[in-house]
Amino acid sequence: MPQLEHIHYDVLVIGAGGAGLRAAIEASANGVTCGIVCKSLLGKAHTVMAEGGIAAAMANVDDRDNWKVHFADTMRGGQYLNNPRMAELHAQEAPECVRELEGWGALFDRTADGRILQRNFGGHKYPRLAHVGDRTGLEMIRTLQDAGIHRGVAVHMECAIFSLLKDGDRVVGAFGYEREKGRFLLFSAKAIVIATGGIGRAYSITSNSWEYTGDGQALAYDAGAELMDMEFVQFHPTGMVWPPSVRGILVTEGVRGEGGVLRNSLGKRFMFDDIPANYKASTADNEEEGWRYTQGDKEARRPPELLTRDHVARCIMREVRDGRGGPHGGVYLDISWIKERIANAQEHIKKKLPSMYHQFKQLADIDITSEPMEVGPTTHYVMGGVRVNGDTQMSNVPGLFAAGEVAAGLHGANRLGGNSLSDLLVFGRRAGRCAAEFAKEHGGGKINQADVDAAAARALAPFDRVGGAGPYQVQYQLQKDMQDLVGIVRRQDEMERALEVLKTLKERSAKVGVVGNREYNPGWHTALDLHNLMIVSEAVTLAAIDRKESRGAHFREDYPDKSAEFGKVNTVLKKGPNGEMQLRREPLPELKADLKQIIEEMK
Amino acid sequence: MPKATFRIWRSEGQGSGEFKDYSTEITEGMVVLDAVHQIQAESANDLAVRWNCKAGKCGSCSAEVNGMPKLMCMTRLNTLPLENPVLIEPMQAFPTIRDLVTDVSSNFEHKKRIKAFKPKKPEADGTWRMAQADVDRVQEFRKCIECFLCQDVCHVLRDHHLHDEFVGPRFLVHAAALEMHPLDTEDRTADLKKLHGIGYCNVTKCCTKVCPEGITITDNAIIPLKERVADEFYDPIKKLIQLVVRKR
Repeated sequence: MPQLEHIHYDVLVIGAGGAGLRAAIEASANGVTCGIVCKSLLGKAHTVMAEGGIAAAMANVDDRDNWKVHFADTMRGGQYLNNPRMAELHAQEAPECVRELEGWGALFDRTADGRILQRNFGGHKYPRLAHVGDRTGLEMIRTLQDAGIHRGVAVHMECAIFSLLKDGDRVVGAFGYEREKGRFLLFSAKAIVIATGGIGRAYSITSNSWEYTGDGQALAYDAGAELMDMEFVQFHPTGMVWPPSVRGILVTEGVRGEGGVLRNSLGKRFMFDDIPANYKASTADNEEEGWRYTQGDKEARRPPELLTRDHVARCIMREVRDGRGGPHGGVYLDISWIKERIANAQEHIKKKLPSMYHQFKQLADIDITSEPMEVGPTTHYVMGGVRVNGDTQMSNVPGLFAAGEVAAGLHGANRLGGNSLSDLLVFGRRAGRCAAEFAKEHGGGKINQADVDAAAARALAPFDRVGGAGPYQVQYQLQKDMQDLVGIVRRQDEMERALEVLKTLKERSAKVGVVGNREYNPGWHTALDLHNLMIVSEAVTLAAIDRKESRGAHFREDYPDKSAEFGKVNTVLKKGPNGEMQLRREPLPELKADLKQIIEEMK
Repeated sequence: MPKATFRIWRSEGQGSGEFKDYSTEITEGMVVLDAVHQIQAESANDLAVRWNCKAGKCGSCSAEVNGMPKLMCMTRLNTLPLENPVLIEPMQAFPTIRDLVTDVSSNFEHKKRIKAFKPKKPEADGTWRMAQADVDRVQEFRKCIECFLCQDVCHVLRDHHLHDEFVGPRFLVHAAALEMHPLDTEDRTADLKKLHGIGYCNVTKCCTKVCPEGITITDNAIIPLKERVADEFYDPIKKLIQLVVRKR
């Protein structure tokens, strides 16, 4: 085959966001050769967009915090579908991972006595998020990127992987291309870590960048790995809604953490109207107490604006549906009101939320220090993903690891804000270490040339379909249908229709043609992404149809309540022998007695 | 819907290429990147452009719009005169790979050559204490999104092509962030002079003007570094002492 470069690593990491970079650094530190491939330039991955902070029970601001409280918060937020082992490890190891970042040069905001400052966030009992204004993700990715390049990690920028290659059961390589020249790349690796992030591009309103096409989930699925909890897609309650071109761009939860409030068109703080029973005891019942909480009063309970994301998103939907929304289909998020409470409010807001200020000023002509923003839900995150072992992050395919958003387990039915960045660090590190160990214990495998040839033929096929459907049009249609039919509020009939639509779109995507040549061709790339988007869309839809209850981020109009039966199972998907997607309900992993006790004590 | 014309540079690299006009519909609030995407989807599927966050946070979509270095995702169409075609070109200081995509690899090479962060020992409890005021100064530099627009307008790089001898403003900011980091113990002064070519900067401040993050590149980063280099290598009293010591 012409134009094929063959590269060897002990550990190959796919994806260079927080999890991928952390995994690569750790693999390298464990004495194996490590390469990392990313679809964009280094440092541009979606981690860069994370705003609020990294959740870690360091107890710098409130000394009542510890890993047990963080664990209990995470489980409660996830409606107890979380993998308890992952939630435990995550809560225990997050503080150390944050300090590690500081040791690599990250500069977090400080407390008065010079320690790392922590802020309040939805679902976290105490101020827990280490942060840098509202650009924590940038700080994190830059720190990891700079640490990585000085630690022997080889970086392949603007490359994408099309398929994983196996030797028997085990994964031994990956096939893809580099975008600049369109040349194929063949990687041999003793272990592979998938860290490709989420699936937001399966929806039309999303905070996610073009890269988020479910690549890792699809690669793993095609290689025989199981996917889990795919019905749980997080719709962040506050995305921009106007102007149309910025619809979906994230407005950080930090706005509410700093005292921002949600109002409907009548000026009412509607979040007080509906507080779920299991949060009643920990939520303020009046505005005054809520304000005091945001200003660090340890005796105060949190305002209802800081309830979990799934709940806030649904309350916003309700207000809009019942005609109490703003002119562009959102509700109002107001931080400017704090000028009634503190002197220097304008400067305070600019200092605490600089990129939000910037974003609204430049993109919407809105000055958030003097007027409210209009916001609405946006597709943000997928809790589900590749099913992994909680300790090692290895999937059911030997040698194939997954970490970060692409992996399932930590967040259960709903993720708490701030738990994503800590997830990347804790499980990126674990995946990197365990992948390195796996690589040391196992020699290289044999790559089957026929598999490589087949993957190459599939990749080139769109060039032969001159005059076929345009790749962008198929993608837009998919996004629209998923948004309409498998969005925030779901119904059996609509989701069944989505399955039909997906079938048609799959046929259409098989006919997609591309123009131009192989060099840096975004049309070609979009055509190849469609395969992944179809898989994750089908996975979300099938899992959502099967779960006949409402829990966490998964809300069904036809089954609006939680069901005890479904509260005992995770949904697992696997590729069947004839290529069909198979679903089974898997009983939750056993909860150890000590963890059970923590949950009971903190209920 | 009103339409506007976009005159976009199409090239397969190696310096050759041509402008092509594309007409597309304009809606309220649109930015230049939206127009480019719309054109890509409608009539130029293979139009190459880099982008990620579409919110001014990742620094991928740098280009020159009507001759001005800009992030396309943060350039609203209502700030441009749409009665004329909007000119969109790749950054001129870097070789073009294709269309609006340039070869920015030299930037990643520069960074590797700047000595890494080397922290002092932590305190007894294994953590560090830092005052917010000391952190503030460096946080300004760490806002950098690596869009490389400052590199694009730097005449040392753009007109004189001294990429091998001069790291450019982005990496002087990077070096400043390290040098002024409250915990860092590494010394980069000699490198700044010899390896990174700080002397090439003659403080025209073009970089500061185009920075989408508003970093005061020249005044806050480059000039203090120049002062450190001057103190170390051009201090007349130090020179005199060295001369005397050497003669003996």
